Amino acid sequence: MGVCRMKNTKNENVDIKYFAKNIRKNILNMAYTAGASSAHIGGALSIADIMSVLFVTKMRFKEKDPLFKNRDRFILSKGHACLAYYASLFENKLLDKNDLLTFEKNGSDLLGHPVRNMKKGIEFSTGSLGMGLSLGIGVALSLKKKKLDNHVYVVLGDGECNEGSVWEAAMSASHFKLNNITVFIDNNNFQQTGSNDQIMSLGDLANKWKSFNWNTITIDGHDFEQINQSFENKSTDLPNAIIAKTIKGKGISIFENNNNWHHAVITKKIFEDAMIEIES
Amino acid sequence: MMINDRNIKLWSSIGPRATLGLAINELSQNYEDLVVLTSDVSTSAGLDRFKKNYSEKYFDVGIAEQNLIGIAAGFSSENFNVITTTFAPFQVMRCCEQIKVNLGYMKHKIIMIGIASGLVLGNLGYTHCCVEDVGVLRSIPNLTIVSPADSLEVVKVLQAVLKSKNNSVYIRLTGGTNNPMVYNKDYDLEIGKSIELINGNDITIFCSGTMVYNSIEASKKLKEERINARVINMHTIKPVDKKAIEDSLSSKLLVSIEEHNVIGGLGSSISENLSTFSNSPKLLSLGVQDEYTKGGDYKYLLSRHKLDVDSITKKILEVYKKV
Repeated sequence: MGVCRMKNTKNENVDIKYFAKNIRKNILNMAYTAGASSAHIGGALSIADIMSVLFVTKMRFKEKDPLFKNRDRFILSKGHACLAYYASLFENKLLDKNDLLTFEKNGSDLLGHPVRNMKKGIEFSTGSLGMGLSLGIGVALSLKKKKLDNHVYVVLGDGECNEGSVWEAAMSASHFKLNNITVFIDNNNFQQTGSNDQIMSLGDLANKWKSFNWNTITIDGHDFEQINQSFENKSTDLPNAIIAKTIKGKGISIFENNNNWHHAVITKKIFEDAMIEIES
Repeated sequence: MMINDRNIKLWSSIGPRATLGLAINELSQNYEDLVVLTSDVSTSAGLDRFKKNYSEKYFDVGIAEQNLIGIAAGFSSENFNVITTTFAPFQVMRCCEQIKVNLGYMKHKIIMIGIASGLVLGNLGYTHCCVEDVGVLRSIPNLTIVSPADSLEVVKVLQAVLKSKNNSVYIRLTGGTNNPMVYNKDYDLEIGKSIELINGNDITIFCSGTMVYNSIEASKKLKEERINARVINMHTIKPVDKKAIEDSLSSKLLVSIEEHNVIGGLGSSISENLSTFSNSPKLLSLGVQDEYTKGGDYKYLLSRHKLDVDSITKKILEVYKKV
């Protein structure tokens, strides 16, 4: 289904692993380039593996062709995790190295939250939390009306689920019987200033989505097999919510489950050590 | 859409909301890609017939206005022609940030229609009145704001904005049934270009929505006092017709009249522009004077806010005499 980036490699999981490693390296590169302006690191690293599966095997799109007619639609509702998005677009040649170097610089197309830029494959401006799913529902309804079978993928944060608008949207997806939308919830258990439980308890997230009549699948969001498998377990009748249990800062040990790295500045030493850890 | 004597009278009697529903029902035949989204207000927006005739184009998203604008923007991103409508306070303020991000920032084109804006629902309380919508929306870039003067102008505006793909538009509907006619025959309407309805050298009255009719009536009364008051229908509040403002500088007094708070609306917009001229006449801003009063029916509230013809005339006379 996916337009595979590395067409010569037979083993899909090797592709995904390679892609995920590159995403993490570029997340670090961009965060380091941003310097004192700081970057949202933890939440970008926690979705890196989900993004890899989506962009390597699952989503229909075309390298170098952001307006590819038959593309699936992607919305990063948790827009602050844009580093993972930009890195994914780079791997698919929709952004180039120079673009990445402009992250959060004056006049850049790549700010700390995605800005709609169809030429670069960014379909929606996001960053104000709780808005992406409604956009996705509008797109999913549109695709149905046009009788197209393209799919809509929306990535939400768990903290983002504090927003009431998420639940307005969740309610309507099942009401409109949208089986062409899949939500990944990056359930890393943290939000800006603390854990979900400290700030606003989410309770049983899977059951909440289930009670809104979504088919709900809970997976380890860093296990490629499980992420891939979740697509096999999707409902063809209901909207699908995949609760991805993730680790904020995943891949760099000093960042993992350390909420100080939600939005922070990376020093040269930390950058170099982190790069070595990723390479190893 | 037939604009003739019979229809103009009919639309006037049924008021802007029901006229809107009729217009959408008729105009939708010309727009294959049109979708209409509401938040559980199909009846209030006069859309029951449309809902029945074009169920495939009608989406009710429930009482969830943030979702309304998000879904509308999703449709717009897939190149649909999108209309959203609900009561003005909920159409504008409940989802203000969605409007900013999806329409202003991302520039997805949507036609938003705020029904029963102003004071017409005064006996339901100020939760259902809307004297803030223009002020709130005017500060968001990439939005056009239009306030039709009567039911015919509702039809004219809808025709115009459905054809245009330039911008998102907010159409502010004021007034109730038996909505007075400003226009009794067809005329040319261009978004952004005001219309002079009465000529006069002494005073220029800028007005919008239901206050256009009241301004005409006030102008007639002023005439009895030998004061010639020009009346300009500023149907488009943003972008405001700067030329019309500049052309008014020779008047001895300028007046803005709106069924809206005097802060943020048409009067503010005119004032912002006047301040760029060194020879600007005094501007009298009539409207809701930044307060929530006791509630009551439409007539009561217009009178309470001194927006009835007699109060308007009296205030203009009082100020004009001092100029």
